[in-house]
Amino acid sequence: MNVDLSLLAPEIALAVLGLGILVLGLLIPKGSRHGLGWVTALGLLGVLGLTIAGWDNQGTLYEGIFIVDRYAIFFKITFLTAAFLVTLGCMRYVDEMGDQSEYYSMMLFATLGMMVLASAGDFMTLYLGLELMTIAFIVLVCYRRTETRSVEAGIKYVLLAGMSSAVLLYGLSLVYGVTGSVTIYEVGRAVTTEPVPALILGVAMLVAGLGFKISAVPFHMWTPDVYEGAPTPVTSFLAVGSKAASFAILLRVFIAALPGLWAHWTMLVAILAAVTIIVGNLVAIPQTNIKRLLAYSSIAQAGYILVGLVTASEAGIKGVMFYAFLYVFATIGAFTVVTYFYNVTGSDEIKDYAGLSQRSPLMAAVMVISMLSMAGIPPLAGFVGKFYLFKTIVDNYLWLAFIGLIMSMVSVYYYLRVALVMYRDEPVDHTPISLSGPVALTLIITMMATLVLGIYPGPLSEVVNTAAHSFFLP
Amino acid sequence: MLTTISLAHYMVLSALLFGIGLFGVLAKKNAIAVLICIELMLNAVNINLVAISKYLTPALFTGQLFAIFVITVAAAEVGVGLAIIIAIYRNRLSVNLDDFDWLKW
Repeated sequence: MNVDLSLLAPEIALAVLGLGILVLGLLIPKGSRHGLGWVTALGLLGVLGLTIAGWDNQGTLYEGIFIVDRYAIFFKITFLTAAFLVTLGCMRYVDEMGDQSEYYSMMLFATLGMMVLASAGDFMTLYLGLELMTIAFIVLVCYRRTETRSVEAGIKYVLLAGMSSAVLLYGLSLVYGVTGSVTIYEVGRAVTTEPVPALILGVAMLVAGLGFKISAVPFHMWTPDVYEGAPTPVTSFLAVGSKAASFAILLRVFIAALPGLWAHWTMLVAILAAVTIIVGNLVAIPQTNIKRLLAYSSIAQAGYILVGLVTASEAGIKGVMFYAFLYVFATIGAFTVVTYFYNVTGSDEIKDYAGLSQRSPLMAAVMVISMLSMAGIPPLAGFVGKFYLFKTIVDNYLWLAFIGLIMSMVSVYYYLRVALVMYRDEPVDHTPISLSGPVALTLIITMMATLVLGIYPGPLSEVVNTAAHSFFLP
Repeated sequence: MLTTISLAHYMVLSALLFGIGLFGVLAKKNAIAVLICIELMLNAVNINLVAISKYLTPALFTGQLFAIFVITVAAAEVGVGLAIIIAIYRNRLSVNLDDFDWLKW
């Protein structure tokens, strides 16, 4: 069998990097491991370059179980960008936590899992990628293992993740039983519009299992607890990477493998999206902890992205990809501010952010821009993303578009409440916060990206168009 | 007279096992018991996969292969799960899930 390994080059490079960091951490004496963060960041930049260089190199491996199309490559670029920014922004936090090498290598393995997930062409690859990502995240969530909160978040995550993957697997086994195949595109050819009950049950279980990963309501209960308890950089990577990867496979499974059942699941997905948007935004209002606020806001964002799946069209896929990409910058910008603020003050409470604009204008500005982008205020990137997503459903699901619109307005309220605390209130402690180099760089990159993608979305839109188009070429 | 065992028998067994596991995950208070119930659910999946492979696609070994992957990954997951349970026992001297209410809605 002729295998074109160049298609796998980014994954191989990332696996080597992850193992290399792990071994390097053992070789280097304990006091001088601070450089590992930079090695990881530069390595990720290299893999990112390799992935972008392979933009024209499309194909499938091992009889269709590993698909490398532009859709997958675009998602890989998203994950690697997210991993790079998170690594750049969290070095000081990790130094204070100790054990740098394991942390960075787990981070890389989680990224590897996401990349495998984006390329998965059959259910086995799907499962392996999903679990590689999840198990690495479980370890990361309870990384501060002497701290009760972190470990408690870890146990909640491991038990619920285990349950959800069991439900997902049962759904996959039912789909396999009905169609006799585990390859996604073969399943797509075997599924007819007249379904048997077992297949409907299987699809319902797939929705539940993947709904857990993207934290759609009513499968969201773990999200606020895990987001609050986990170390902040992990939370930001969990919110961005894990969610984007789960959306990548959700689209692949539902649009490529189950298009025959579209009439059956489209309403289910529309209702799920509506409930997720409403609950996420409403419960975010009374939150006093910034990480919980961002957790609920990320639940609401998942609802917006889910809208792109409803029509199962190329435009919908484009909306999801565009939104997932710009969501990376908004979320990582906000969480990097939270991480650094915690490093300096040891607090995650919103009231302690009083007067942040006087103590550090850049941090306050990045926070406000990120949050307004998430709320979808023009001219920021979030507005363009929401426009692409809701444009697809205006014809047939106007009610869903209205819910999205009204709830976006509601979200402005709680986002601006944080802005008000930062800009209006007088700080208790007037000492200015000086930013370290990598953190300032991360903040500037995320802020510029959010602004530029909002004002001038054309080039990215073109790229996303070709990527979404490749999805329908088997 | 012996009745032959068909695919339906295996599917019913697996559905029952899955149901028992799911009930256990939701009802049990002990973290280790919950982990065991997750294993029950995964084994229900394995029965499904192997039976389907035997009856529907006997020439291919897709289902068996899948089951082996599931077993391997489940072992890794349980390893991490037990490590976390040990860590939380050191912190809280308990493995009862009702005691872990530090993080609240």
